[in-house]
Amino acid sequence: MAESICRALRDGALEGEHAPALTINDCIASPFGFNVFTHVLTQLSSYILAGKSQSRGLVLVALSRSPSFYVDLLKQRGFDVASSQKWIQILDCYTDPLGWKDRLVESGNIAHLYHEASSGASLCKNVKDMDKLFSSIIELGKGLVGQGKVRFCVAIDLVSEIFRHASISSVAGLLSNLRSNDQVSSIFWLSHSDLHEERVTAVLGYISSMVASVEPFNQSANGQRCNRENLSLLERNYCKGKFHARFKRRNGRVRVMTEEFRIEQSVINFSPLSSEDEMINRSLLPKVQFSLQLSEKEQIDRAKVVLPFEHQGNGKPIEIYDGRRSLADSKNEAAPVAAGVLQTNENSSKGEIIYLRDSDDERPDSDEDPDDDLDI
Amino acid sequence: MNQRPSNLLDEALGLVDDGSKAWPLSGRVVLVEDRVETSAAFVLHHLVKRALSPHSSNVVVFLALSQPFSHYDRLLRKLGCNLAAQSENNRFFFLDMLMSEFPDGDEGGLVALYGKIEKVVSSLLQENKKCITIVVDDLSLMEAAANGSSNYVLDFLHYCHTLTSAFGCTLVALNHEDIYLSMERPALILQLEYLADILIKAEPLATGLATDVHGQLTVLNRGMWDGHGSSRNRICNFHFRVKENGVEYFSPGSMA
Repeated sequence: MAESICRALRDGALEGEHAPALTINDCIASPFGFNVFTHVLTQLSSYILAGKSQSRGLVLVALSRSPSFYVDLLKQRGFDVASSQKWIQILDCYTDPLGWKDRLVESGNIAHLYHEASSGASLCKNVKDMDKLFSSIIELGKGLVGQGKVRFCVAIDLVSEIFRHASISSVAGLLSNLRSNDQVSSIFWLSHSDLHEERVTAVLGYISSMVASVEPFNQSANGQRCNRENLSLLERNYCKGKFHARFKRRNGRVRVMTEEFRIEQSVINFSPLSSEDEMINRSLLPKVQFSLQLSEKEQIDRAKVVLPFEHQGNGKPIEIYDGRRSLADSKNEAAPVAAGVLQTNENSSKGEIIYLRDSDDERPDSDEDPDDDLDI
Repeated sequence: MNQRPSNLLDEALGLVDDGSKAWPLSGRVVLVEDRVETSAAFVLHHLVKRALSPHSSNVVVFLALSQPFSHYDRLLRKLGCNLAAQSENNRFFFLDMLMSEFPDGDEGGLVALYGKIEKVVSSLLQENKKCITIVVDDLSLMEAAANGSSNYVLDFLHYCHTLTSAFGCTLVALNHEDIYLSMERPALILQLEYLADILIKAEPLATGLATDVHGQLTVLNRGMWDGHGSSRNRICNFHFRVKENGVEYFSPGSMA
């Protein structure tokens, strides 16, 4: 399923259509959206280098990590960083996003410190200006692929950071403009959904053609004070969880899929949902002094209890004690006083239900008989 | 080599006091969260003490919004650390922010504060001091000084974060979790939790008050993003008791 997402981004936009856009959502209970982001980034980069994607280059807008972090990441994942400038350009919105360092240099407060001279990084000093951001991204992209029909894709490592600096409408405008640009093949971004109002998440959902969410398996551990019981839940939530994706088709249909993910040494791996986790969820009952579950014998005994008025389905007529016969008469009968069919083998283990009418004048309610489904 | 027996907190953070390992918190952000019932100031003191251990050449830059120098000096002396002497040796830089107020509607005060920190860091780098730990006590007071503008505080922290990635500095910050509990969407504290590589939470016990146990610490250590895959996400939980001359850490249920 994660592969379907990467393939959709790889295949890019059809002529005359907006570029496919992916929103990756996570929350503090399962803060692994960045792992998904780097997974998609790595996959797309492989496709680009192999010439298998519509885009010939990638522009990465770095807000939450430094450009050198991404260079190191690509190196770790086996990419040749020496030639990376041919296919990836990083817009550095991390080092000095608000121009503070420039202000300090101008006022003589600091000497100009080491500037991140990472390969392929272009510095952005005003992340609040959406127009400037848009033109910088497009410029970098054109620098990679040239003018004309060749396309590039765009990755924004943390759109939540942009929302801190600009209004919802201006950020939405930026993302829409990028999607509708002729040279953008596909675009994806990460958002921490619990940092925003619901309408922001909704806006991002509307702009995207795919929404991928990272969720914990078990929500109940969160917000609770830590104790021995929920520690294991927390630990579980800290290395795996659910990966949930929503695809919007062109015909309007929405396809929803869920997978399981596991984090191993910063790398995310996806697999189909296992039933083992459902079993774990069921067995995670609170450990208290009283028993909340039934043993097998108790379950069998419970199944044997004959409920009053319940049809046993074996063709025999139901005998009901209606309280009007004397007890002496009922003792002579072979059938038990309880309603239901006699089960001769289990007389000793069966309970009895004795029903005594309040009065002979009692009539059932008129019109609707609520006991229609019972054999009375 | 004399290896001081580490305690549960040191183990959770990977701190070994024999000078053989590089400072494991280099380039990382440590967020300490506490509550009124369980103050986690002792965690800050412990980290300062560890950073200033004689085996290392770490330097501490301490942003104090909560208490004056004399308070920390007295407390660290009980832990066996002389802040005045460390200050003279240029290993401890105390930025007194007690009376700070940042003018309304302008982040200029925080820009200047960042400038001060960067100046100290750059001069230390020129002296070849590799490991610099920046400690902020505490962030809720910084927010108050910035007239409630959490955005400016986050901007300031972002710039401090650039020091961790560019120069391997460690950023340690204390924040009071219960201040944000009544908010519908506690954006500042969530932002900080996303920023943190290590989250240390001090909370009361789930079972309530106790005389021998003062609270519990949960240490959430997110694995490092290194290609060698040497670390993974870890969660540790243990209890603590604050004593006159230090803090005792022990596993739940092992208190004699």
